[in-house]
Amino acid sequence: MAERRAAERAALAAELRSFLPADALIEETEALRPYECDGLPAYRQMPLLAVLPHTVEQVQQVVRLCHRHGVPVVARGAATGLSGGALPLADGVLLGLARFNRILEIDPLARTARVQPGVRNLAISEAAAPHGLYYAPDPSSQIACTIGGNVAENAGGVHCLKYGLTVHNILELKLVTADGELLTIGSAALDSPGYDLLALLTGSEGMLGIVVEVLVKLLPRPQRAQVLLAAFDDVEKAADAVGEVIAAGIVPAGLEMMDGLAIRAAEEFCAPGYPRDAAAILLCEVDGTNEEVSEHARRVHDLLLAAGATEVRSARDEAERMRFWLGRKSAFPAVGRMSPDYYCMDGTVPRKRLGEVLRGIGRLSEQYQLAVANVFHAGDGNLHPLILFDANQPGELQRAEDFGAEILELSVRVGGTITGEHGVGHEKIHQMCVQFSPPELEQFRALKRAFDPHGLLNPGKAIPQPKHCSEYRALGHDVLQAPGRRDGGGGA
Amino acid sequence: MSDLTTTLQQQVAAAYRAGTPLQLVGGGSKDFYGRTPRGEPLPLAGHSGVVNYEPRELVLTARAGTTLAEIEALLRRSGQMLPFEPPHFGDAATLGGTLACGLSGPRRPYVGALRDFVLGVRLINGRGELLHFGGEVMKNVAGYDVSRLMAGALGTLGVVLEVSLKVLPRPENGLTLVQERTPEEAILVMNQWAAAPLPLTAACYDGLRLYVRLEGAPATLTAGRQRVGGDLLEEGERFWRDLREQRLAFFETGKPLWRLSVPATAPPVELAGKQLIDWGGAQRWLVSDAPAAAIREASIRVGGAATLFRGGDREGEVFQPLPAPMAALQRSLKQAFDPAGILNPGRMYREF
Repeated sequence: MAERRAAERAALAAELRSFLPADALIEETEALRPYECDGLPAYRQMPLLAVLPHTVEQVQQVVRLCHRHGVPVVARGAATGLSGGALPLADGVLLGLARFNRILEIDPLARTARVQPGVRNLAISEAAAPHGLYYAPDPSSQIACTIGGNVAENAGGVHCLKYGLTVHNILELKLVTADGELLTIGSAALDSPGYDLLALLTGSEGMLGIVVEVLVKLLPRPQRAQVLLAAFDDVEKAADAVGEVIAAGIVPAGLEMMDGLAIRAAEEFCAPGYPRDAAAILLCEVDGTNEEVSEHARRVHDLLLAAGATEVRSARDEAERMRFWLGRKSAFPAVGRMSPDYYCMDGTVPRKRLGEVLRGIGRLSEQYQLAVANVFHAGDGNLHPLILFDANQPGELQRAEDFGAEILELSVRVGGTITGEHGVGHEKIHQMCVQFSPPELEQFRALKRAFDPHGLLNPGKAIPQPKHCSEYRALGHDVLQAPGRRDGGGGA
Repeated sequence: MSDLTTTLQQQVAAAYRAGTPLQLVGGGSKDFYGRTPRGEPLPLAGHSGVVNYEPRELVLTARAGTTLAEIEALLRRSGQMLPFEPPHFGDAATLGGTLACGLSGPRRPYVGALRDFVLGVRLINGRGELLHFGGEVMKNVAGYDVSRLMAGALGTLGVVLEVSLKVLPRPENGLTLVQERTPEEAILVMNQWAAAPLPLTAACYDGLRLYVRLEGAPATLTAGRQRVGGDLLEEGERFWRDLREQRLAFFETGKPLWRLSVPATAPPVELAGKQLIDWGGAQRWLVSDAPAAAIREASIRVGGAATLFRGGDREGEVFQPLPAPMAALQRSLKQAFDPAGILNPGRMYREF
């Protein structure tokens, strides 16, 4: 078996070498090691080999060659993904897009940036800043994550409620298809003829094509942004306060929540100045014109106090505003320091169910005897419980995974979803069997076949196979009946 | 106000087995759009009613046959709105038809298109299966985004039964400013203003006058008005409604009406006939007898595409023909949802 694999690898490498420069092909085991996982290191797999092409033509040639030989291809950006979406396959080629790191053009009048997929999210806003513009989606990993990966995952961030996700902020993609064709999806116009493939491809986890260029929208930097920090002595009160702000007709630019454990972790990590003894804090940012911000900040202040906040502070200056956000954006590494390992979940629930779901998570935490810190996008109802565990303790990883699975199923049960922005990837493939009925999953598979008839692009991720689901359901995990599904589970 | 899910599912399943083409019919307000409908009518207007509306959640779910008028009246009572400001083109306009046509109004370049606000759908595919995608939450990346794919698909991929939309608070106040400009100036300033932190929510140019709508808190409007300049237009809201509904004098014509979707900064497109620029430059309405080929070519030259919106030859292609590899991909996608080709066949393109 191992011999056959080595022979196959050698044959494929020889063909790749015929058109790739020497530095674009990685074969040695030790050199391949950094590619064995993404931002979810609990899952690791060495690829058959890795390629790091320099040009779109080389990407096309690699894909054509793999297509001819029936070799699967897994695309990878900065590998900051949290769902194992870029986990390699033992018999597959890992296609790294790190070298596509140029911003090709910024058009300040049209408010667009044309970028290669390996450009970092934050680099776009930095390059646009001299024009008073920025790229809105800002995932916590924005220093490192790439725009190609953002498209693959439909990445969000802390400003989604007002400014949307990746899908709302891109105009055009250049895509290498499963058979190596180069297609342009969308355009610099606001819509294009035919089906809306731009929306369909966003968040498709590298399973429908490989993104090799992106035209993103840039927005004018708001005249002013003001962040308010509200402390609560009770998590559920904080959750309810979120609804009060929105009911008042204000759509904050960001509305984030952290619970006590997350607050203290952030304080230890970077001292953003949070109230250490609070059970929860809300960070509420309002932005817009000067006048609007003053008015909204005043109203939000009053609303939060009326909703039971023990204290509401406004950032005194830009430095304090940045500090408040730094604490939030560093929450994952901060919690990471408190525990040997942590496991980050990503369910989204209707906002009104936040309190109830947080209570449920608390109960599960006791049941599984694992601590959990909650840091999340409250305005979107997008939860990121961080389960703390120690993988060196026998059984703890399994316990953390089971705990996570229960949180996801709880999210579905209250009318939410198993993933808001991190993607299904390898990690949540079981829970897809719970959220979707067999005909729904079969529709996804048919859609995938339309783009990739031989199943060579990131196969095995995101959409489970029927056999897989029947095994999982046999363990007692049924398709769940969310409240919105009065028909009884999509005819399942 | 009733739920026809079971009946509709049976009808589609029977049509699938018999290979009977179906023509999806909502309120009939947009029969003029797309290629000439054919097939056995499948009436959908009876499948109506708002299923869930919670102002605090900024979400509304309604059956596809619910009229836009009913939905907008309900939202207005809670100080909210459909953010994409859809055209109705008649009192009977339904949510399902609006989704199928994927049309958005003057607010589109600043707030987003219909597809941007779609959170979830329930639909019957071409095999007669009842499916649910997305949901009522703001963020959802489980599985492919089939919900948004339905926007503008003209009912060729599925019979949409129910739609969940994100809604937004209505702006507190608004005003419309008008000023005379040349076409080149108008395109330039519309783009410059869009790149500035102004509360801009609509901008259009009729060949002589530039109209700009600002919305927000009163103090914001005062500051914005100073920057934009021009005269205050009385009954500004009526102007934008008439633009959206194509009731301005510009649209009164017996000639074909074309919609050119182009980059907002594209220079004036030289074509015979008259033009009206909307969407801050990104949507150009053209009333013209010029040959389709000339109009399409001119649109492509500036990086856009042309749609024969009303009138003209509805038996030919009304949407811009797709390059061969793209057409092949879209055909495969159609087959993935509707293998027997029974859902609104030929409504979008001759072959699917």
